[in-house]
Amino acid sequence: MRNLLDINGLNIEFPTRRGTIRAASNVSLHVNAGEVLGLVGESGAGKSTVGNAIIDLLEKPGRISAGSIKFNGEELRDKDADQMRRIRGDRIGMIFQDPQTSLNPLMTIGAQLVETIEKSTEIRGRKAEQHAVELLEQVGITESVARLKSYPHQFSGGMRQRVVIALALAGDPDLVIADEPTTALDVSIQAQILDLIKKLCKERNLGVIIVTHDIGVIANIADRVAVMYRGEIVETGDVAQILGAPKHKYTRSLIAAVPRADTKLERFTSVDYIEGTTNNFKRIDIQNHWLGETKKQDYDGLALEVKNLDLSFVLQNAVFKRNRRMLKAVNNVSFSVKQGETFGLVGESGSGKSTVARLIAGLYQPDSGAIEVFGANINTIKKSQGNLSARQALQMIFQDPFSSLNARMRVLDIVAEPIRFYKLTNSESETRRIVQDLLDHVGLGAAAELRYPHEFSGGQRQRISIARALASRPRLLVCDEPTSALDVSVQATILNLLKDLQQELGLTMLFISHDLPVIRQMCDSIAVMRHGEICEVSDADAFFNSPTHPYSKHLLDLMPRMDLIKP
Amino acid sequence: MSKHSPKTRWERLTDNDIMWSFLSSPGAISAAVVSSIIILACLFAPLIAPFDPFDPAQISLWDGKLPPSWAEGGQSQYVLGTDNQGRDMLSTILYGGRLSILVGLAAICLGMVMGVTLGVIAGYVGGATEAVIMRLADVQLTIPGILLAILINGVGRAALPLELREEFAIYVVIIAIGLTDWPQFARVARGATLVEANKEYVQAARIIGLPSWLIMLRHILPNTMRPILVIATIGLALAIIAEATLSFLGQGIPPTTPSLGTLIRVGNEYLFSGLWWITLFPAVALIVLVFSVNLLGDWLRDALNPKLR
Repeated sequence: MRNLLDINGLNIEFPTRRGTIRAASNVSLHVNAGEVLGLVGESGAGKSTVGNAIIDLLEKPGRISAGSIKFNGEELRDKDADQMRRIRGDRIGMIFQDPQTSLNPLMTIGAQLVETIEKSTEIRGRKAEQHAVELLEQVGITESVARLKSYPHQFSGGMRQRVVIALALAGDPDLVIADEPTTALDVSIQAQILDLIKKLCKERNLGVIIVTHDIGVIANIADRVAVMYRGEIVETGDVAQILGAPKHKYTRSLIAAVPRADTKLERFTSVDYIEGTTNNFKRIDIQNHWLGETKKQDYDGLALEVKNLDLSFVLQNAVFKRNRRMLKAVNNVSFSVKQGETFGLVGESGSGKSTVARLIAGLYQPDSGAIEVFGANINTIKKSQGNLSARQALQMIFQDPFSSLNARMRVLDIVAEPIRFYKLTNSESETRRIVQDLLDHVGLGAAAELRYPHEFSGGQRQRISIARALASRPRLLVCDEPTSALDVSVQATILNLLKDLQQELGLTMLFISHDLPVIRQMCDSIAVMRHGEICEVSDADAFFNSPTHPYSKHLLDLMPRMDLIKP
Repeated sequence: MSKHSPKTRWERLTDNDIMWSFLSSPGAISAAVVSSIIILACLFAPLIAPFDPFDPAQISLWDGKLPPSWAEGGQSQYVLGTDNQGRDMLSTILYGGRLSILVGLAAICLGMVMGVTLGVIAGYVGGATEAVIMRLADVQLTIPGILLAILINGVGRAALPLELREEFAIYVVIIAIGLTDWPQFARVARGATLVEANKEYVQAARIIGLPSWLIMLRHILPNTMRPILVIATIGLALAIIAEATLSFLGQGIPPTTPSLGTLIRVGNEYLFSGLWWITLFPAVALIVLVFSVNLLGDWLRDALNPKLR
């Protein structure tokens, strides 16, 4: 095997006004021709920075302070900007994360391909166009001659990523760097794109670096893996060894945090290498605490019942009803959730699962159908202001921890807002004590109350969100993709927290996710949604062992295979 | 991040990106220094000014039309000369500037409160309410601001009984300028509200069950203040200009208690008799003030807009 890229002792620094930050220190790795190297790490590990440094696209003011990058035996750090530009186009291809923004929306993809081909090879004119057609066929785009005249917006996300791959291959490169190539895509598309990259790698004897945070991607595509943690490579090795028998403590934590699809675990174990989990905060005794008071209510019906829910969005408005174009986002959806269980709602993007969550939370009004929370129809609550208890009984946790907290409010005021609004306590000092207890209980520490949200990381912010949701003492918690924006290790700690809270408080949870392994770990019952309709509702074990609906089978087949990981 | 103790209010004020951007921008610092010198000098005019131009005992017509102290025939106690009535120019400019700045501030506050309230409501409530408010703003924007101010000013004065006109002239001017300013604030506030209202923290507040007015007041309003602060700063400069224009046209503050605009108008009548100082010095004061406030506004816009960095 030919050694394509050899990085030795690479240091990357970012000078800032608060001192120099070292984004990568002493990074050494190599890539052979015909091999996929997975560069895996969590956000802030420096993996993308290393990828960008190879092709001299470091964001300002970053700079390489030491080390060497040898490509085909030539030192890249000695090249000037002009030479680097040639190398970038001709010999190193790049695939970016978001296919929405990495194509020029004003040019047809044919024009973009031909431009790249003519810039980086000797092929000109008709022949370049011919070559573009061949490239599109190689990346699996059918009717490629006709498709040359299409604009990027006429392609779906997955198709666009195929075009981006074709562009990366246009100069016939030796090495391709793919930075999170499937993160913006649905699971079903992700599998296709990964297969395509793997196939092209073997056919063309390419060296490929896949930069990703997703162990599932690594398990499916990589031959070798380098694990990055805080700017350093902690472990390099064969994919089977890294996933099956990790040596470094961080790698072990990381692998243990990956949700498994085959068995349900009580908790994620040994995720202790991770921020914010040194949990020696005060635990409160729920049974005798303010927080546990609602647990003692006696109601033995269903926690949530959704009957024949319908909702259409107007796509194009018009004066006459028949001219309006509508999208049926939710179509005749019915299901019920028993008290104390976790009910999973699964589907790909656009399936309507988040819309159902927002309907239940009362953010949208349904066109028809009924939603009953603990026996009370929530759509009639607005009219009878007296009955606010049903609204209090339901709280929601959102996906994006960066937009779900008001940046202008202190954590204390954010968490205390429902308590103060409903006057759940008798005095301000009691409110404050409860907020402190809550913050302790979600693993953040009472000292956090005087800070502002921007001082916290994504996982910590999600803990604040959870504390706020708990502050109105809900009995039903709607979690809309609560961990999709988080790193896998942080995800494990948040999922552990949710499980603990559910047991202690006897909460009922509606858990919405596109991620089947997470659903497997969290849920007792599962409903699968597609195109606004429910395909299948079943018990979790039954669903994973013997799905009945063909779409459920299809989804399960697409799950990343994790056979290499030993339990 | 979580190791050090929470910042105090003073630390939050001084140790942030905006203060850093300010301290590393020489243009912004000089603009801030110049405008604060002018504004402070004007606000403390009764303490600083060598004469009180409204005290008849200190004015004598014998000292009228004296040139600045360094020119031929100038007297040392009248640094910038005197006007046709014998008032000291420096003192008159300080007192006049005070009036101009107060009118500008009050007018911009009026426009801001009105515009932001309507804009946030339009953006959050949507539907017919939004259509009515924003179309009203559009209609108002088709009429040049200064013409509208003259109209409101004229109607306002005519509505007042004769003996109150002088006394209330200043309030009429404030209302006239404030009313012409609201559509800009409403547009910016509505835009910012549309962005914020879709964020999840607003949805969280709705799920808690907070009433709409509380969500707008507590959650949306503080998060829309940045762009509003920028246009308020630039708007302040424009409001001072608008006041000067009205007064120059004889529609604003009466000559008995002159503002900068009134001073320029009065001086203008003597310009061709060679008495250049009566109009030049108030004009320079106005230009420097407006220019430095504008510079501050420009810097603020750049500093608060991460895309321009």
